[in-house]
Amino acid sequence: MSSSAISPPGHLATAPRKSGSTGDRIFSGLCHGAGVFVLILLGAIIIELFIGGLPAFRAFGIGFVWGDNWDPVAEEFGAIVPIYGTIVTSVMALALAVPIAFGIAYFLTEIAPVPMRQPVGTAIELLAAVPSIIYGMWGFFVIVPVMAQYVQPALIDSIGELPLIGVLFAGPPFGTGIFTAALILAIMIIPFIAATMRDVFRTVPPVFKESAYGLGCTRWEVMWNIVIPYTRRSVVGGIMLGLGRALGETLAVTFVIGNANRIATSVFAPGNTIASLVALEFGEAEADSLKLSALLALGFILFVLSFIVLAISRFLLRPPAGQ
Amino acid sequence: MNRLAILLGVAVASIGLAVGAASAQQITGAGASFPNPVYQKWGEAAQKAIGLQLNYQSVGSGAGMTQARNRTVDFGASDAPMSPALLAEHKLLQFPTVMGSLVAIVNIPGVDDNQMKMTGELLADIYMGKITKWNDPRLVEMNRGLSLPNLAIAPVYRADGSGTTFVWVTYLSAVSPEWKDKVGVGTSVKWPAGTGARGNEGVAGTVRNTRGAIGYVENAYAVQNKLVSTQLRNRAGNFVIASHEAFLAAADNADWNAPNFAANLVDQQGAKSWPIVSPTFILLPMDPKDATRSANVMKFFDWAFANGNKLAEELEYIPLPKAVQDAVRATWKVNVKGPDGKPVM
Repeated sequence: MSSSAISPPGHLATAPRKSGSTGDRIFSGLCHGAGVFVLILLGAIIIELFIGGLPAFRAFGIGFVWGDNWDPVAEEFGAIVPIYGTIVTSVMALALAVPIAFGIAYFLTEIAPVPMRQPVGTAIELLAAVPSIIYGMWGFFVIVPVMAQYVQPALIDSIGELPLIGVLFAGPPFGTGIFTAALILAIMIIPFIAATMRDVFRTVPPVFKESAYGLGCTRWEVMWNIVIPYTRRSVVGGIMLGLGRALGETLAVTFVIGNANRIATSVFAPGNTIASLVALEFGEAEADSLKLSALLALGFILFVLSFIVLAISRFLLRPPAGQ
Repeated sequence: MNRLAILLGVAVASIGLAVGAASAQQITGAGASFPNPVYQKWGEAAQKAIGLQLNYQSVGSGAGMTQARNRTVDFGASDAPMSPALLAEHKLLQFPTVMGSLVAIVNIPGVDDNQMKMTGELLADIYMGKITKWNDPRLVEMNRGLSLPNLAIAPVYRADGSGTTFVWVTYLSAVSPEWKDKVGVGTSVKWPAGTGARGNEGVAGTVRNTRGAIGYVENAYAVQNKLVSTQLRNRAGNFVIASHEAFLAAADNADWNAPNFAANLVDQQGAKSWPIVSPTFILLPMDPKDATRSANVMKFFDWAFANGNKLAEELEYIPLPKAVQDAVRATWKVNVKGPDGKPVM
């Protein structure tokens, strides 16, 4: 480096530089420490969960992952029902949330009048800060009765009677169940996805869009042919972040999913997710019991699932090569 | 996990110790949530009356057993009795404090409180998913006076592991061999049908929201929230309404001489007995590290037995019969010994 050539020699200039370099060393040491601490913490959690879950993995082998029996009385445990519930609710939530989040983001970056953009954007970010217990209680006391009294009876009596797709909408109208859980999850992840999308839509250089408009493109064509291709990676990454949150969400889901350890064909049937099952059963799981081990093994599986989702989102959100 | 439990326990205990240093009359307990309201009430009253401050944490029966085993609290509390082998292994004394009862609650248009007649066998079949409509011939046959609608039955159960579930499935196992065979007994079981809800309030809320739902809650909860309970047929073949007399009749007919007081109050003899009554238990170390604190626990429950019956009844719990309370007092004197080998009480 040629910094010595620029800075004039003299103790007035060197003295602060010396103390500065000590400070730099301390600061860099602290930062390294913090970075390593996170790694150690992450590793410790994974290892601890795995060791805790080891008796369950030993007892049931790898079949624990796709066993469909959860019988605390006979001490037989399998993870596929909560794994299935976790993935189905999360994917359904994404299917509901992505179009709405996309609409919000596009509205805020392209259509909304400028004075309106900031307040609405802030409101979206505030929604992301609502604690999940609030969504859970709101879901249980407001959404579930509406689902039980109006939405589900209507759907069960109409679509539920049809052949083939009827089985998807059959059963008693509890109000709770996979579909309600997915609905609540969708509402919870919309702010995340919308905020990410809005931020990446803003990164599209105006000159691209203006050129397209200049050629006579409609808004939809600009969106589909300019904005989406330019931001595709980041949009998918944002969706994956939402998926990550949906996978691990506990309290809100526990309230509305119906908590049954069965796989049903109907979307109105109760189910369970990994996080919800662990939260519910933990208090009654005795020390050193196989049940406790099975719950920790479930925690490990959820960790791996979330890790995969996060890794994919990191991969997609990385800056494109050459920029 | 064990380590985590110990850490948590140590944290709780050290808070207890820190407070205990300020006022030596503190006792700590943890466990069952079902008796939590009455323990809290007794705690308040005892503090005024005899200066004992109870710090009870309602963390669930399973956690209560764990903490008693690890000696991180002065006493543990559990709705399900601990197995005699585990009691011996961990040198724990088990005694009952108070009883509670469960009722079946329903949401059927046109059916009011205490109108519907129900039997344990039918409840078992409903929770097994074998009876699926309210106008099932077996239900109609039993309830001639009611017009039962063609409505799907939606069984609701406790999704969280709980002592309430333990008592409920103990009853279903007692009356239905098939339930005993296929499902069994535990604080959580593999439910063949229905939907789960969290806590008493969750079950009550789901039943209230769902047409055709049936659920089970503690009687105290049903009374306070004005839920629609059913009659139940007891072992003698009579249909009884959930009432204080019916609960007491069950308690009077129970055999309290069972080892470790693990009396079975479910499906008891007696013309008036309510069929689903259950005691809740305390687990007390027989070799306490701190004799004073252990003595204070016994003093607390001694006071509660003598003065707390009315408070318990106000909360819809059922006090133990006098003879049982005296038997519990006697066992304290014999079984709980300090480090010096002398009885603590």
